[in-house]
Amino acid sequence: MANVFAYVETRGGDVRKVGLEAVTAARQLADKFAAEVHALLLGPPGIGAKAAQIAQYGADSVIVVENAALTNYNPEVATATAAERIKSGGYRAAIFSTSAQGRDLAPRVAARLGVSIVTDVLSFEVEGDAIVVRHPMNIGKVIATIAMTTTPAVIAMRPNVISPAQNAKAGRVENAQPAVDPGSTRVKVIETKQGSREKLDLAEAPVVIAGGRGLKAAENFKLVEDLASAFGNAAVGATRAVTDDGWRPHSDQIGQTGRLVSPQLYIAVGISGAVQHLAGMRTSKTIVAVNKDKDAPIFKVADYGIVGDVFEVIPALTQAVREAKKHH
Amino acid sequence: MKIAVCVKRVPDMDIRFRIGTDSVSVDEAGLKFDINDFDAWAVEAALQLRDKNPGSEVTVISLGPDVVQETIRKALSMGVDRGVQLKADKVPFDGLAIAKALSEELKSGGFDLIFFGKMSPDSSNGVVGPMVAELLGLPCVTAISSLEIADGKGKAKRELEGAQEIVEFPLPAVLTVDEGLNTARLPSLKGIMAAKKKPLEVRAAQLPPPQLTVRKLELPAERKAGRVVGEGASAVPELVKLLQTEAKVL
Repeated sequence: MANVFAYVETRGGDVRKVGLEAVTAARQLADKFAAEVHALLLGPPGIGAKAAQIAQYGADSVIVVENAALTNYNPEVATATAAERIKSGGYRAAIFSTSAQGRDLAPRVAARLGVSIVTDVLSFEVEGDAIVVRHPMNIGKVIATIAMTTTPAVIAMRPNVISPAQNAKAGRVENAQPAVDPGSTRVKVIETKQGSREKLDLAEAPVVIAGGRGLKAAENFKLVEDLASAFGNAAVGATRAVTDDGWRPHSDQIGQTGRLVSPQLYIAVGISGAVQHLAGMRTSKTIVAVNKDKDAPIFKVADYGIVGDVFEVIPALTQAVREAKKHH
Repeated sequence: MKIAVCVKRVPDMDIRFRIGTDSVSVDEAGLKFDINDFDAWAVEAALQLRDKNPGSEVTVISLGPDVVQETIRKALSMGVDRGVQLKADKVPFDGLAIAKALSEELKSGGFDLIFFGKMSPDSSNGVVGPMVAELLGLPCVTAISSLEIADGKGKAKRELEGAQEIVEFPLPAVLTVDEGLNTARLPSLKGIMAAKKKPLEVRAAQLPPPQLTVRKLELPAERKAGRVVGEGASAVPELVKLLQTEAKVL
């Protein structure tokens, strides 16, 4: 019986949301051919305590690899361990995430297994011998339907397209060793500089507030940050013009060359809507735009727009969101 | 140092694409092409290292039909020393097939560093660099936004979601380049003239049969037309009401 493998992404000893999304995707795929989900969990001593959580999201079996050197992502250990498990398990498919870690890891695993890979996958179906996936091309302006007939099919899901869903399974725990000694790897992550703990990541936040040139100066991003804190579950992003000017770090850039986000709610503050920016956010569920130029292209993709001065509208919106949250 | 940079010719994305009559390719009529931005940054990184290390040489490699020679010439005009075209009728979607063809060319080149852009916007798969590293058995760091090379070792920074990784690696290695590493130089007139005389070798790409089949391409569904709720701060209460009752996101 060909089962489905899921790679559970961790960082600093915590399971990341994209890791649960991978388990959920694997569960949905495995259910299409009555197969099991086997999840691989790599991390520092104590990570095994997360196995019960992984089982809640649909893992029949959790392979736990604990090692003190695995607090940080170790690309060579993760590649060797995942590839070895996938090979020996004879899996029909292996599910990763198209996160920074997944983009690094999944292609290496696929190459080591001698099979192709599709990343940034939006959805999948089983059709006979093929797993058929949808994948955005040309910055999301074209959607490709691609048939994968290799075994395993290595698939990296786009973050946020599948919500982690509980579907409890047995979650048998199997403790295993890293396939290579973490002390012997050539590439070493010597430091992970974690941003502030409270700061939600752009790709994972349910609400994203992004600012553009319309904010006129770096210090005016405080308006955007205040609105984000009124929501409480929001991350702050920016356009390329803003990151190129050094108002915000490059890592905040949403767009063709930056981050791709698909939150429940996206609020564009003083953003005209250049094609390069739209590429990074057009799949958001609800889009709100505030811009003083009624002809700005952002209004073509916005579900709701307010034409007006961001310095008047955003403080009023921040106040109104605070009020609305208070009554919940 | 011997440095290789693998580059791709990609269409300008600032256009409404049309699907070709075969339904599995993009209609190229009217598209403007140039070197992939990420690859231009990779070329720049290679040139900066070459200029700091006398006696170094940079080779640019591109896989595809003869039109990719324009892209190779662009890199040569930026200052790259020599070019190689791995000739193929078209560039397949399958990143493993591309990685295998590139690895055949790279394996005997004795390169200290092999650069790639972290992805290309057309196929948007972002897998060729790390796959080549794996096929050649080389250390690999992806999506770097800073780089120092000294004494046969490298140190690079990668952006993660809400964090940064500092990574050390030995040479030879494969690196893929993210935005923020540098600003690519523009070709000078002198560079453009010099590029015409630089060597550009053409060899057949050793492409294996692809394992992936693109069944169809489609344009995504248009977002339904939105509406302007109103003007100025007085429109805020209506917006909040819509976010609560209609979009149900507040």
